[in-house]
Amino acid sequence: MEAINIDLTLIWALIIAFGVFMYVLMDGFDLGVGILFPFAPDDASRDVMMNTVAPVWDGNETWLVLGGAGLLGAFPLVYSIVLPALYLPILIMLAGLIFRGVAFEFRFKARGSKLPWDVSFTAGSMIATFAQGIVLGNFVLGFEVEGTRYVGGNFDWINAFSIMTGFGLMAGYALIGCCWIIMKTTDEVRDQAYRQAPVLLGLVLLFIVVVSVWTPLMREAIAERWFSLPNLFYLTPVPVLTALLTLLMINSLRARNDYLPFFCSLGLFLLCYAGLAISLWPNVIQPDISLWEAASSPNSQLFLLLGVIFTIPIILTYTTWTYWVFRGKVTRDSVGYH
Amino acid sequence: MEFDPLLLSRIQFAFVVSFHIIFPAFTIGLASYIAVLEALWFKTNNPIYLRLSKMWIKVFAVSFGMGVVSGIVMSFQFGTNWSELSYSAANFLGPVLSYEVVTAFFLEATFLGVLLFGRDKVPQGVHLFAAIMVAVGTFISSFWILSANSWMQTPAGIEIIDGMVHVTSWMQAIFNPSFPYRFAHMVLAAFLTTAFFVIAVSGWYLLRNKSREYARVMFSMTLWLVTLIAPLQVLIGDLHGLDTLVHQPVKVAAMEGNWETRGNVPLLLFAIPDQQAEKNHFELGIPGGASLILKHHVEGVVPGLKDWAPEDRPHVATVFWSFRIMVAIGFLMVAIALISLVLRWRGTLYEARWFHRLCTLMLPLPFVAVLAGWITTEMGRQPWVLYELMRVEDAVTPSLTGGVALTSLIVYVIVYAIIFVAGGYYISRILVGGPEKEESPSDEKLRRPSRPLSAADSPF
Ligand code: HDD
Ligand code: HEM
Ligand code: HEM
Repeated sequence: MEAINIDLTLIWALIIAFGVFMYVLMDGFDLGVGILFPFAPDDASRDVMMNTVAPVWDGNETWLVLGGAGLLGAFPLVYSIVLPALYLPILIMLAGLIFRGVAFEFRFKARGSKLPWDVSFTAGSMIATFAQGIVLGNFVLGFEVEGTRYVGGNFDWINAFSIMTGFGLMAGYALIGCCWIIMKTTDEVRDQAYRQAPVLLGLVLLFIVVVSVWTPLMREAIAERWFSLPNLFYLTPVPVLTALLTLLMINSLRARNDYLPFFCSLGLFLLCYAGLAISLWPNVIQPDISLWEAASSPNSQLFLLLGVIFTIPIILTYTTWTYWVFRGKVTRDSVGYH
Repeated sequence: MEFDPLLLSRIQFAFVVSFHIIFPAFTIGLASYIAVLEALWFKTNNPIYLRLSKMWIKVFAVSFGMGVVSGIVMSFQFGTNWSELSYSAANFLGPVLSYEVVTAFFLEATFLGVLLFGRDKVPQGVHLFAAIMVAVGTFISSFWILSANSWMQTPAGIEIIDGMVHVTSWMQAIFNPSFPYRFAHMVLAAFLTTAFFVIAVSGWYLLRNKSREYARVMFSMTLWLVTLIAPLQVLIGDLHGLDTLVHQPVKVAAMEGNWETRGNVPLLLFAIPDQQAEKNHFELGIPGGASLILKHHVEGVVPGLKDWAPEDRPHVATVFWSFRIMVAIGFLMVAIALISLVLRWRGTLYEARWFHRLCTLMLPLPFVAVLAGWITTEMGRQPWVLYELMRVEDAVTPSLTGGVALTSLIVYVIVYAIIFVAGGYYISRILVGGPEKEESPSDEKLRRPSRPLSAADSPF
């Protein structure tokens, strides 16, 4: 039984990590589109930008729901500590997601000024992203726990590190959003995105550096993880690949390759994510609750695993299919609404 | 000032879930209706169905959007406000809610994109398939969430070890005693809600002499549906109540406003239950009625509230009245169905203005019935969150303070008020516009190149 337990928990950690990563990538680019919304040249461009994500945003956001429900199913301790600890940032995130979510439908129906729903879309995207960054930062920092309960205050989440990660995530989402726009649009919308991309890339790199310096300084265990031998040797590929990808991205932006930058930005996210996982492993609640301590009963993990093994491939198949249906560039002429 | 985080969390939960359920109650039925319209369009090539479907798809998109965003709030409520409950019950609730995500939410959300934006991008059959998938998704979603909720009402298939729920039989836990009834009752409620919404809209068109052709199609279709399922709902509701009598007798006692365990219990039509004095004021009832319904015998002994300690009783007046409101609306629905049959038989279904006016007035009632039903169910199980396993005061997040809970409640009320008003306004505008405004395939071809950013009606 013990052996099964350990394996299941590990598998679940991977599944949840996968789900969260899917969320970050997929909702990342459509939140990014929202963040870049106010910088669009004109209203027609905004229509185009919104239409690149309108058919897929709902599916993208569902990965968040999977992350939440999966956490409850596989690591209930994390769910019941992190959500109370981050009560207010989560409230803020949800309010943001509500406003940006309804904007998709409402904006196209607005007869007079679209302005309220433009604001709702942009502000909602920015707020939700910033709040997710705060969640991330605090997840890295850890929580004050006694037994199975959060015992810290309601405002512990306000700290320099998390505010930094909040802005960092905004830059990150804006970057993938920007590359998405490059990939999915033409003419002035795309040109604008080409001008924004290098700036955003610069910002993202800056945040990557700050996080890479800050986290090891913050906790000795993290410094040790990265800089002790032989780890240093195994882990150098992470920064090296980051540098290579950055170069590739700069090049592809210069060469005006519409597709490559997007995939480079996804790669950068993957590397950051891997870096974070390396720093935190194997604790899910910093500093000292491990995956295994936070796991649900093996019976429940197994039951859920059976379903997930079958459904995730199916989900990925039909998700890919919809992206295929909506493939190609969105232009001013092709902007269609149901 | 000190606020009670428990009370505020309860109010907040009741508020956000009530707001949420308004949309599923409407979209579950509407998804199926759209699938039917698309199928008819596919089969008959009659543009009436296409235009109707297009109009309802727009309405669907707006309400589904609000259902999604308010649903996402729900999935975080458990953790933020009821962390003790989440932790204790995670071994069951976690997998069930996750199954809902992987089997239903992805399906709905992904195919919704194709349904809304894919009409010209995929073959017609595939578009129909997407419509069906969205509808199927809403059923699967109801299945899991109602299983979760029913399990909290009538827990089964589990054992408790160190305060944690451990599942011993997934079959028993998922198909717990109240689940089949609740599932059937809720799905029918959703169908009735949509049907009466469509009936009200087409009744209004008929009254205003607007889009008559379309209105007749909708009116007749949905009235047939209602004729079939409104009586069925009464039947299922009755069975549901009998099941509740077995598993949650105190809830039934509150629904009936019955304080003493006795035979010959009247079916109360009116009363003002008094929680403190443990009796009712101004009773008006049918002698022996409740005994007859619940025990199929006038002398049948029905449990009374006094069998339970005062702190184990739900708030009687709320349960009593919300139950009556739901049942009254249920019978009103049956009445509408019967009247429609008579009018059909007389051949005046499309001419009887008084009936169209009546139908229009029905618009808010199915929503009221759904909310009243849930209030009966949920208030009737208080003070328990997990029936007879965990009390609501033990479920609330320990670190939550009153001030923060009040803040979140205020935020939700404001945010929901804004989107509700905006969404309601846009839906009403689509409906006032009417199906004739929708393009049929031939108009579409003509205008394809510049749609819809060109000035709306310039021909080329
Ligand atoms: C009888 C049906 C029913 C009931 C009782 C509930 N829901 Fe719901 N929910 C649906 C039926 C539904 C639906 C029909 O499947 C929705 C409506 C709009 C939509 O997108 O799907 C939905 C949407 C929806 C979503 C968004 C899904 C997405 O991203 O597409 C979430 C996260 C939840 N719900 C969660 C909940 C929770 C935690 C509930 C209980 C407390 C709950 N729902 C009650
Ligand atoms: C969707 C329709 C629903 C409505 C309108 C509804 C309404 C309510 C109401 C009015 C309460 C009582 C609030 C109080 O006085 O304390 C309540 C409590 C509760 N319900 Fe439901 N409910 C619904 C569905 C669900 C579902 C599907 C679940 C779980 C899967 C659920 C879980 C709970 C929990 C955990 C409580 C306890 C917290 C509390 O007491 O407020 N509800 N609900
Ligand atoms: C006259 C006919 C009806 C009867 C006898 C009836 C009976 C019941 C009973 C006994 C319950 C509570 C079950 C429990 O919590 O244990 C209930 C709940 C409910 N009812 Fe009804 N009902 C009727 C009509 C309706 C109608 C017309 C609607 C909506 C259109 C509706 C919607 C609901 C909902 C949403 C619930 C809460 C979920 C559930 O427990 O199923 N009911 N009903």
